[in-house]
Amino acid sequence: MCECIENKIKSDMKEILGKYQNSKDNLIQILNEVQEKFGYIPLIAQKEISQYLNISLAEIYGVITFYSRFTLEPKGEYTISVCLGTACFVKGSEKLLDRLKERLKIEPGKTTSDGKYSLDTTRCIGACGIAPVFTVNGEVYGKATVKKLDEVLDNLEKN
Amino acid sequence: MKSIKEIEEIRIKKRKELDLRVNVNLSTKEKHILVCQGTGCTSSKSPEIIEEFKRIIKEKNVDNVRVIKTGCFGLCAKGPIVIIRPEDTFYAMITKEDCLEIIEKHILNGELVERLLCKDVDGTLVKKLDELNFYKKQKRIALKNCGVINPEDIDEYIAFDGYKALEKVLMEMTPEEVIEEITKSGLRGRGGAGFPTGKKWFLTRNVEADQKYVVCNADEGDPGAFMDRSILEGDPHSVIEAMIIAGYSIGATKGYIYVRAEYPIAVHRFDVAIKQAREYNLLGKNIFGTDFSFDIEIRLGAGAFVCGEETALLESIEGRRGQPRVKPPYPANSGLWGKPTLINNVETFANITRIILNGAEWYSKIGTETSKGTKVFALGGNVINTGLVEVPMGTTLREIVYDIGGGIPNNRDFKAAQTGGPSGGCIPKEHLDTPIDYESLKEIGSMMGSGGLIVMDDSKCMVNLAKFYLEFTVDESCGKCTPCRIGTKRMLEILEKICNGEGSLEDLRKLEELTITIPKTAICGLGQTAPNPVISTLKYFRDEYLEHIKYKKCRTGECKALAKIQIDPEKCRGCGICKKNCPVNAISGEVKMPHHIDEDICIKCGTCISKCPFKAIG
Repeated sequence: MCECIENKIKSDMKEILGKYQNSKDNLIQILNEVQEKFGYIPLIAQKEISQYLNISLAEIYGVITFYSRFTLEPKGEYTISVCLGTACFVKGSEKLLDRLKERLKIEPGKTTSDGKYSLDTTRCIGACGIAPVFTVNGEVYGKATVKKLDEVLDNLEKN
Repeated sequence: MKSIKEIEEIRIKKRKELDLRVNVNLSTKEKHILVCQGTGCTSSKSPEIIEEFKRIIKEKNVDNVRVIKTGCFGLCAKGPIVIIRPEDTFYAMITKEDCLEIIEKHILNGELVERLLCKDVDGTLVKKLDELNFYKKQKRIALKNCGVINPEDIDEYIAFDGYKALEKVLMEMTPEEVIEEITKSGLRGRGGAGFPTGKKWFLTRNVEADQKYVVCNADEGDPGAFMDRSILEGDPHSVIEAMIIAGYSIGATKGYIYVRAEYPIAVHRFDVAIKQAREYNLLGKNIFGTDFSFDIEIRLGAGAFVCGEETALLESIEGRRGQPRVKPPYPANSGLWGKPTLINNVETFANITRIILNGAEWYSKIGTETSKGTKVFALGGNVINTGLVEVPMGTTLREIVYDIGGGIPNNRDFKAAQTGGPSGGCIPKEHLDTPIDYESLKEIGSMMGSGGLIVMDDSKCMVNLAKFYLEFTVDESCGKCTPCRIGTKRMLEILEKICNGEGSLEDLRKLEELTITIPKTAICGLGQTAPNPVISTLKYFRDEYLEHIKYKKCRTGECKALAKIQIDPEKCRGCGICKKNCPVNAISGEVKMPHHIDEDICIKCGTCISKCPFKAIG
């Protein structure tokens, strides 16, 4: 990682950490904000948090890997997430996932080599009334079908 | 800062303004267009509808009409929903393009826009909300304000008796009296286990400590459940008010709400509500001028199902991996940072203010002998009216699925319903008339759970369903105790074998053994209940397991590995190798002619697939 990116992360981290007291119970709040900001939790950010909260890097790593929302690798430009909650499962969300795997040629949890798409699965986003659902960068698409998914993907391709 | 008197003034003034929301026979010129901004409708672009309405109203200079965003109306399947008050017209599946017609025809000319009215399951055109069968058997207590008020306006909450219960508690009741009232009401924990709420408050009150905490568990992890989410999105103040009352009752000055980060709208609305409550000094120091102080902080989860378990949740609030603690000590004695802590679920809290205002006696008349009040269910899966329903305890599953839910779509048959998510069990057809209450559900091998109610039609394979739930549990096991970490994994492996047609009766025996040992040895609720989906599907659908094992057959075709093995006539050269190798002589055909597999004889051993030199079998 080049020095300028490193410095940028450091200055962003300063801003984020400035909002929190240096008490250990703020760790998950801070990680949530870092994840939101960078799309993953960079090692430099972990080091900054470690110093600020006086928690070992190992412990921070332990927390990051425990919670599924936190990732250690950068996400693609578009994160497409298929809900595999029960309501969606019963309504056939596996077919959506199969289609995505086929079109993006990646497994869930991975990012395409051009950095454009990340594929994720999620356990229920609470939109069960309009199952099955998938999300693109957080935007929810309800009552989804493979056809609808294809349309969304075609549109993303054009961008 | 507002005094009791000032709050009362807001209540009276605002209530007059909002009377048309609840009083359908009111003759007034004014109209309120309510647009659902719950999760379901929001993802069907309902925010755009609000903007469009506002734009048209401004452009056309329409008087006496307001556009209000509300929480969930419940009937998510028909979303986005628009309701016009006071006449209570129910418009379904509205798009941006429909707004102009609604304004021109309905608002300006007083005519119904018939093409946008909702059709009930039997095909009748429904003009008013309460004509819908979906609402007829419901009773809204916890969801009373959802779909009625703007959740981001504290004055609207106050107008409908908001913060009146808090006033009553602080001015007229001792903490003991509050706890007594809650105990008498018979309210039990809505998170799933059904522990008596009053008793929990009593136990926490009776521990001496310099600091105590109130925690609201909004880590709604059951996949297929969105009750808590809808309450937080539609009526956040009802939870805040109840948490303050709980704080007063047990002697706590600090509260935390632990919400899933996957629920951004709920988090936002709760945050707005906290800020508004602080402005009015309903949160903060010396509430209503008394010496009681209380404040609430939001803590976000980060995607771990186990954090819905109360002690894991506490670990997570403290900033650590959400691994459950060994109980006892229970949180009532040693919870957050070792201090006595009261943990209640969102829906439990949402009942509190109604009990205080209407009295324990009123509440205890609703429901059954042992389960009082109502329960909110997230009705999903293969049912026509998916959405959020609140029914009195004791309502039967048949009433929920058929009368409220409208039955099963696509002319299929009901097969089973799952309550309690991955910790619960399935309820088959023969138990459709079981009244829904804590005890009855337990008796038939399921549980109340937090309120997820997933209906499945006869196209669903129950072995595959059990496998789905075990995949979930294995994924979400925190890894602290061996029975859960390794035991559930072994169960999943066996289920995978069975679904792949590789299972034996010996596997089934091992699976059943695990369903006995894991509940006895796992340390927390997640592990102890993980085998439930297997136990209940084995109890009611054992024949399906046996079909998978003995006949390598999945009657629904969901288990792909058990799908039919066929020979592609285009690729087959008729070499006869498959025929020679088939152990049960299921393959027939003339040399150099395409061969054929007799399904009834085939045992799906896969030998032919591996022997075929032309990859013609699959």
